[in-house]
Amino acid sequence: MNTKLLIPAIAAVLCALPFLGLDSYQLHLIIMILIWSFVYTSWSIMGRFGLVSLGHGAFMAMGGYVTALAWNELGISPWLSVPGAMILAGALALLIGYPCFRFRITGHYFALVTLALAEVVRQVLVATRDTTGGALGYTPESHGAGGSLYALQSDDRLIFYFVALIVWIIGILIWRAVDQSMSYYALEAISEDEDASAAVGVQVTKEKLKVTVLSAMMTAFAGALYCQYQMFISPSTIGGIGLSLQIVFGVVVGGIYSTLGPTIGAVITLMLAEFLRIWMGTGVVCITEKVCLNLAGMPLFVYGIMLVLFIIFLPKGIAGACADQWLAFKSNRKVNT
Amino acid sequence: MMAEFMDGLFSIFFIETLMNALLLGGVFALLSLGLNLIFGVIDVVWICYAEIIMLGMYGIFFLHAEAGMPIVLASCCGVGLTALIGWLTHRFIIGYLLQAEPINQLLATGGLLFFFQGVAMVVFGIEFRNIGISLGSLAVSEDIYLSWTRLLSFALATLVVIALYLFLTRSYLGAAIRAISQDREIMILMGVDTKRLYLLTSAIGGGLAGLGAALLVLQYDVHPFIGLSFGPITFMICVMGGLGNLVGGFLAAFVFSSLITVGGYFAELEWGYVMAFTFFIAAMFARPKGLFARNS
Repeated sequence: MNTKLLIPAIAAVLCALPFLGLDSYQLHLIIMILIWSFVYTSWSIMGRFGLVSLGHGAFMAMGGYVTALAWNELGISPWLSVPGAMILAGALALLIGYPCFRFRITGHYFALVTLALAEVVRQVLVATRDTTGGALGYTPESHGAGGSLYALQSDDRLIFYFVALIVWIIGILIWRAVDQSMSYYALEAISEDEDASAAVGVQVTKEKLKVTVLSAMMTAFAGALYCQYQMFISPSTIGGIGLSLQIVFGVVVGGIYSTLGPTIGAVITLMLAEFLRIWMGTGVVCITEKVCLNLAGMPLFVYGIMLVLFIIFLPKGIAGACADQWLAFKSNRKVNT
Repeated sequence: MMAEFMDGLFSIFFIETLMNALLLGGVFALLSLGLNLIFGVIDVVWICYAEIIMLGMYGIFFLHAEAGMPIVLASCCGVGLTALIGWLTHRFIIGYLLQAEPINQLLATGGLLFFFQGVAMVVFGIEFRNIGISLGSLAVSEDIYLSWTRLLSFALATLVVIALYLFLTRSYLGAAIRAISQDREIMILMGVDTKRLYLLTSAIGGGLAGLGAALLVLQYDVHPFIGLSFGPITFMICVMGGLGNLVGGFLAAFVFSSLITVGGYFAELEWGYVMAFTFFIAAMFARPKGLFARNS
């Protein structure tokens, strides 16, 4: 298969997708997959170098809430507030990242510090419930019916499909750009051995900070996009430890080291949740008079088992395992011919 | 403003708040003990630890409220249940990941967190369940009341810390557990069955979760997501205390409880948590190995 033909072919399919007679619900599902793919990609851009952050809930919540609050309270257009939210998230990443990297907080210590960050942001959102609505969530005010370019709102799912598609492609391109930069080699070296790479002249703190800020800003953008599309945000859907673990789950299943791994993870997690919901329903099934099962918990149940199995047997995820198979297949063929 | 603040500082309610902070510290200390032990000995973060406590709470709730067991017996069964869960967790998950990246171990227990929440939701539903036992409160003076449950937790936490300390320093098995936490490779050469010791530690850690559950079930309603509300704070106590440092963890529990209760006294409870987490981040920057970690 020629790769030069493959990319335009995929692009054509993706552009034609919404016109293939999908109903509104299916289109919604695809948009969600694209948005979450972008979130997972943003996370993996740093996560694949051993910088496992459980604090991305903080950045995503920041993107969503800054955009929505600026619009409702101050009347500032998302055109201004989204970049503002991204800069704020970047600044927050810098504020947390710099001391972390400077004092060599790595591995699960880093994960726990970032987890504390996510909890701080979540608790602040709950505590300021008079403005942010607390745990009940928040809705940006609608700027007239139909849609508005000024408010970056739209009722038309088709528009959001293409916006999400472009955002997702940009995410993949950023990943590729990181892969081709010198930072990639620096970060690769750092994740192998920090002291050794510092000894050969890699600026450990600076390189880690760059990728962390990039990841945080992308996540904040995703938060804003999610908010504009769903028109509803709450601390538990785009913030807190639950979201952070959800990201990690998707990425691990898809494949943390592959360009399309996070996307595959998003497709699998969202489809799985929908499949379980439709197939089993969310009702309560009683086996006997006393023993009743609440099927709404099934996705969590299945996710949990899958995540554990993937970590034990397929730590590179589906995309990573496929890539390994493909390479083995190719090298075998070379030997045979 | 200042006068108001000073009034607040010396009012009778503030004294009650401080006492409650001390007692809440006891609860936190008990909750983080088992995790601390596992953290220190096996060097694995069980991010699902709070969910094991949650399952323990459900177990005790059902044995008492549905099966009609007396609460003390139900609590003992709850401890047994969580000890079994701890044993299984190590036997079937962590055991396979001992050589893996630390972060993969953390993520695997993250999978268990989803799994336990899923199990609780499927089996028990999402209703909030209250066991309906109140031990009442102790009137220290006319205006100060202290809950018996919290007094009990405080006493139990202190007892368990002492017992665990004695076990680790005085008994043969305890010495082996301490030795293995100092050097994992050498102990195998010394002919120690590390697998058995890890399983034992996991079971003890799990059992301590059950003990925490027995006290929590008296104070809070059980629901599948209750673990998320005190899980993060439990890890942070362990880390701040210095991993595997039981006394440090005990002290850290009181630092956190004071921050939360005092923050909650002057503003809302959430601000107390914000203060505690911010303090944790700052403390990590100042002393990355934990506030009370021994210098090595």
